[in-house]
Amino acid sequence: MTMKVGTRQVDGVAIVDCSGRITLGEGSVILRDTVRDLLSKGHKKILLNLADVNYIDSSGIGELVSAFTTTKNQGGELKLLKLTKKVNDLLQITKLYTVFDVKDDEAAAVKSFK
Amino acid sequence: MHLPSTLLDGARQIASRLKAVSSSMAMTEQRLSYTLDSTLETVDKAEESATRFASHLGFPEDEVMQISMAVREGAVNAVLHGNAYAPEKKVMLAFEHTAEGMVVTIRDQGQGIDLSKIPNPLAPENLLKTSGRGIFLMRSFMDVVEIRPSRTGTEVKLIKHVPGSSGGGKEASQ
Repeated sequence: MTMKVGTRQVDGVAIVDCSGRITLGEGSVILRDTVRDLLSKGHKKILLNLADVNYIDSSGIGELVSAFTTTKNQGGELKLLKLTKKVNDLLQITKLYTVFDVKDDEAAAVKSFK
Repeated sequence: MHLPSTLLDGARQIASRLKAVSSSMAMTEQRLSYTLDSTLETVDKAEESATRFASHLGFPEDEVMQISMAVREGAVNAVLHGNAYAPEKKVMLAFEHTAEGMVVTIRDQGQGIDLSKIPNPLAPENLLKTSGRGIFLMRSFMDVVEIRPSRTGTEVKLIKHVPGSSGGGKEASQ
């Protein structure tokens, strides 16, 4: 199963609902293009909903980091929402859990943006 | 012997996929080997094959996932960094069930990785790098990781001890 994304706006926050796999190739490219497209349109509060992301490889991890730093460099904020256990474990062992702002509740996550 | 049709269908599907996977393949009861092109499809097929082999050996689901991820990372390195997608270069992939456990060998035909240039992805200055975590993940998920670079390519050997086998215990990797 490849990666699919849907984007919606809630109180000025762009929520990107991701599903499938964020891996080398199509999955990583779709995520990259989606975040770049949002930033180019001035959406600088981005919440990546990873509730339905069941697999991520090192390239996918790199893409998350890239999305985070690209958004930050443009004066925005990118946060993660609802990690599956597998993705959570990966962020723990790579120490990226300390880098990303990870939320479990969508409403609280939306409110947390400045 | 009469087999249920679902089992037969499953076996046919696996056989069909295996045929589609590789340009050359040899399979015995304890060993499965492929010679694969340097493509993204190879990465996916390596992962799928690892999942099937590990499941067949009876690893629990979480360890099957770890093994398949480690093999995927090894295949990514072989295709991208080793062979650099060169169409004339191949990736050799083998799965074996030995006394040590599940042994996976991935060999590319690149110029050989320089191990001294592999950064520690957990170092604060590297945390926000977008690459360089593949070998770290392999070492996190497997019991043994051996990397042997040469001028004609890099060979990566991954071992996961089968539950209950004599080879248990985490070993140092190089």
